[in-house]
Amino acid sequence: MTDRLVDFDEVLTRYEPLIGLETHVELGTASKMFCGCATTFGAEPNTQTCEVCLGMPGSLPVANAAAIEATIRIGLALGCRIATWCRFARKNYFYPDIPKGFQTSQYDEPLCTAGHLDVEVDGETYRIEIERVHLEEDTGKNLHVGGATGRIHGADHSLIDYNRAGIPLVEIVTRPIPLTGAKAPEVAKAYVTELREILLALGVSEVRMEQGNLRSDVNTSLAPIGSLEWGTRTETKNVNSLRSVERAVRYEIRRQAAVLDAGARIVQETRHFHEDTGSTSPGRSKEEATDYRYFPEPDLVPIAPDPEWVEKLAAGLPELPAARRVRLREEWGLSDTEMAWLVNAGALGLVADTVAAGASPSDARKWWLGELARRANDAGQELTELPVTPGQVAELTRLVAEGTVNDQLARQALDGVLAGEGDPAEVVQARGLAVMGESDELVSAVDAAIAGAPDVVAKVQGGKVQALGALVGAVMKQTRGKADAATVKRMLEERLLG
Amino acid sequence: MSIDGGGAATGRPSTGGDLTTLDVATLTEVLHKGEAGAVDVTRSYLDRITAEDPRLAAYLYVDSETAIATATAVDEARARGEELGPLAGVPIALKDVVVTAGIPTTSGSRILEGWHPPYDATLAARLKAAGTVLLGKTNMDEFAMGSSTESSAYGPSRNPWDHDRIPGGSSGGSSAAVAGFLAPWAIGTDTGGSIRQPAAVTGLVGHKPTYGSVSRYGLIAFSSSLDQAGPMARTVLDAALLHEAIGGHDPCDSTSIDAPLPPLAECARRGADGDLSGVRVGVVRELGGEGHRDGYEDGVLARFAEAVALLESLGAEVREVSCPAFDLALPAYYLIAPSEASSNLARFDGVRYGIRIGDDGAHDLDEVMALTRERGFGAEVKRRIILGTYALSSGYYEAYYGQAQKVRTLIGRDFAAAFGGADGTGLDVLVSPTTPTVAFPLGARVDDPIAMYAADLCTLPASLAGVPAISVPCGLADGLPVGLQIMAPALADDRCYRVAAAVEAAQDAARGHRLLEPLAARAVGPEHTP
Ligand SMILES: [Zn+2]
Repeated sequence: MTDRLVDFDEVLTRYEPLIGLETHVELGTASKMFCGCATTFGAEPNTQTCEVCLGMPGSLPVANAAAIEATIRIGLALGCRIATWCRFARKNYFYPDIPKGFQTSQYDEPLCTAGHLDVEVDGETYRIEIERVHLEEDTGKNLHVGGATGRIHGADHSLIDYNRAGIPLVEIVTRPIPLTGAKAPEVAKAYVTELREILLALGVSEVRMEQGNLRSDVNTSLAPIGSLEWGTRTETKNVNSLRSVERAVRYEIRRQAAVLDAGARIVQETRHFHEDTGSTSPGRSKEEATDYRYFPEPDLVPIAPDPEWVEKLAAGLPELPAARRVRLREEWGLSDTEMAWLVNAGALGLVADTVAAGASPSDARKWWLGELARRANDAGQELTELPVTPGQVAELTRLVAEGTVNDQLARQALDGVLAGEGDPAEVVQARGLAVMGESDELVSAVDAAIAGAPDVVAKVQGGKVQALGALVGAVMKQTRGKADAATVKRMLEERLLG
Repeated sequence: MSIDGGGAATGRPSTGGDLTTLDVATLTEVLHKGEAGAVDVTRSYLDRITAEDPRLAAYLYVDSETAIATATAVDEARARGEELGPLAGVPIALKDVVVTAGIPTTSGSRILEGWHPPYDATLAARLKAAGTVLLGKTNMDEFAMGSSTESSAYGPSRNPWDHDRIPGGSSGGSSAAVAGFLAPWAIGTDTGGSIRQPAAVTGLVGHKPTYGSVSRYGLIAFSSSLDQAGPMARTVLDAALLHEAIGGHDPCDSTSIDAPLPPLAECARRGADGDLSGVRVGVVRELGGEGHRDGYEDGVLARFAEAVALLESLGAEVREVSCPAFDLALPAYYLIAPSEASSNLARFDGVRYGIRIGDDGAHDLDEVMALTRERGFGAEVKRRIILGTYALSSGYYEAYYGQAQKVRTLIGRDFAAAFGGADGTGLDVLVSPTTPTVAFPLGARVDDPIAMYAADLCTLPASLAGVPAISVPCGLADGLPVGLQIMAPALADDRCYRVAAAVEAAQDAARGHRLLEPLAARAVGPEHTP
């Protein structure tokens, strides 16, 4: 089934979008939320389980203090109020991937409330209000075997891996974000991007989106411009890349506009996002929605963070990304626009790390926004996914600055690094990429160039010094680029004009 | 007569040297002195189980081989001169709600049939470490929901006093086993009275500890905010000894109290001296007092009145106290407990353990879960799941679960007011009958849930408030035991033991023998004598 879609820009002439995000973050704690099991990603299925996270009869949870601390730190970084007393709650529903028949979560007493996060899109700042940050546990993973879709319908049988069950999960919920207009998709993406940066800075999660560490449910609704009421929203579940967040919002805006234009109503429902087509499809409608029968979890004592301790945590927060950007922009002497480029390219952290490893800010920027950005783009990868470290890039800039290699050789050295041949210096050594000094090889190359082009030699000696360039080129070609052009030019001048 | 005098009261010789008639305090001395071995004791119990359990149906599972092996290991260790704990070699029975590694654990339900747990409950591990010998797992109402064992998927247990009557519930297998001399003592669990009521109707001592003072880790949950495990024994001192063996902080139970237990056995011994001067006792009007006697049997009220008079004669200051919110305990309990149960029992879906029905390719996931639960749960369990699901539903939550929680707070306040008084006027303990009636006939209330629920009338307030309460025998009515309930403030379990021990000692002395003695004799009656 293909949805009818309205052109995005056209939608915005008639409708005002309202978006909201619920983002789930798997914390990087060593053990699970309510038991001592390890949380290593990719372990053999069901090897990181015990009676607690398998929901065996009689087992009881004990809350992971490190997860509570991490959640409070996230709340503090988002400017939230931290509860002085709150409880876990049971969210009751049946599904095989929740071993207890309920998920231990928080309901009307979240750990953190009323925060905000400012994001910038095209020079405009949008304040995203954070409604709540709460702590819960992840579910197991279902694997439906047989059948075409990988979904439960049509599958021969299903397998469940409970390694993920019970991993601490933080849910960060925004209030509805109004007045973003045509920027709605980008604001949504910018929000998740900034949130991810904060989580990285806090060190509370590896935030590997490809491993599902960070998943967003994206709410979208449309209302006719000037309308006093918001439209009915849809909730696109488990969108797990930054780009997908933007695409999901954009798609829903276009789809909903077509529905509304046709005089139909938007159904309040959850929707699935499809990475391949960038489209969404219906999931559960509100009418079929479960009554989760939340009630306070009687197996866990309330969380009552000592305000003094919370103050200490607040004082111990690291420099947050926004403050860091201001500081780096000033230190590096960049304009707002230059800084925005760097951030949008996802290169800020890489450049900063490269500078920290000894490169100059301008060299570091040049490499990451130039050569490396080009390669990432060719490979369809994010910059961070390239198999090169900021330390290695810093080493490349050093080799260039020292004159060991020129820019062209440096790019060849980068080829080697990306091919896994080692650090730049090792690649230069192994591939013999160092610039030639006035070696015998270079002298004979110069000789050969002179001997091979008597007409050019005549021109040069006749006063047309610019013609020297052709001879330099011949030498460079002969040495396959390893010679230093300035040195070659000087040697030719000495021989022909000396 | 003294109860810690090395067995004079139990009169080891009086039943021809049968080891099963010894109370545990005496038995530990016998074992320690080498007068009998753990194997001898264990074999005595196993023999008696073989002879009597076909009629009492106290046990769901008996593992004689492992029991003998454990006892043998204790005897060998003792022979090697190893330092053993005081309880080493003492047999015990566990209610089948207690999870035991490798030993079938059903919680009285069909749905857990065939489950061999991979771990031990904390209290099971503690008893194992103490060197006790597990005789087996005792019958119970399914998931501890009931007052008679009649909701057990495996059929009811019988009251050793009268085999046509209920042994109480839900820990009725444990009460039948201990009162029938098929175990020297046993573990029960109490959510709304499931230790105290079966103890009362079988003439045992049963104590529901302060909520959080015995680990719930490994007890198959019925109602998490109410469940407590505790001792069921033939004497107050034995109950205190067992409580000390299982109690104390457990880091695996987040609701476990991180405080040392009061000296329970010491208080039981001290209480047996019989001096209660200065102890302030409140008689709760709402539990069988003036204007609150509907459903209470005359015989029960008579024994209770005598017990109160006895307390006074022992020096206690007795006065009536009113706890108005106690009248609301029953409806509040039957909203809170089913609500939590509806959630606690959601895990029984046929996916990971127990039975699975309909997994034949013809049924989808939801159908397999539904069929498993349809077939695996009994009527009472389903009734409570439906009740609890309703009470927690959106739109009803405040009116039912929310209101019930408020009542719970009020009940707590009534207790606080009675016990309060920093000026020294507060009561030390509250007393009431444990149950409104003596053991009723099997089948009498199975078709009338409300009548069945009324069996918990007196025990519910202490459960809802999380305070400790003990049931101690206070005589017979129509030849059947009556229990006196003694309630104390949270963490003051020692008061329950002290007052109960005084009552027990005085009554035993007046009677000239222990209440259960006729049953010890009956157990070796003609039918089973070779
Ligand atoms: Zn685990």
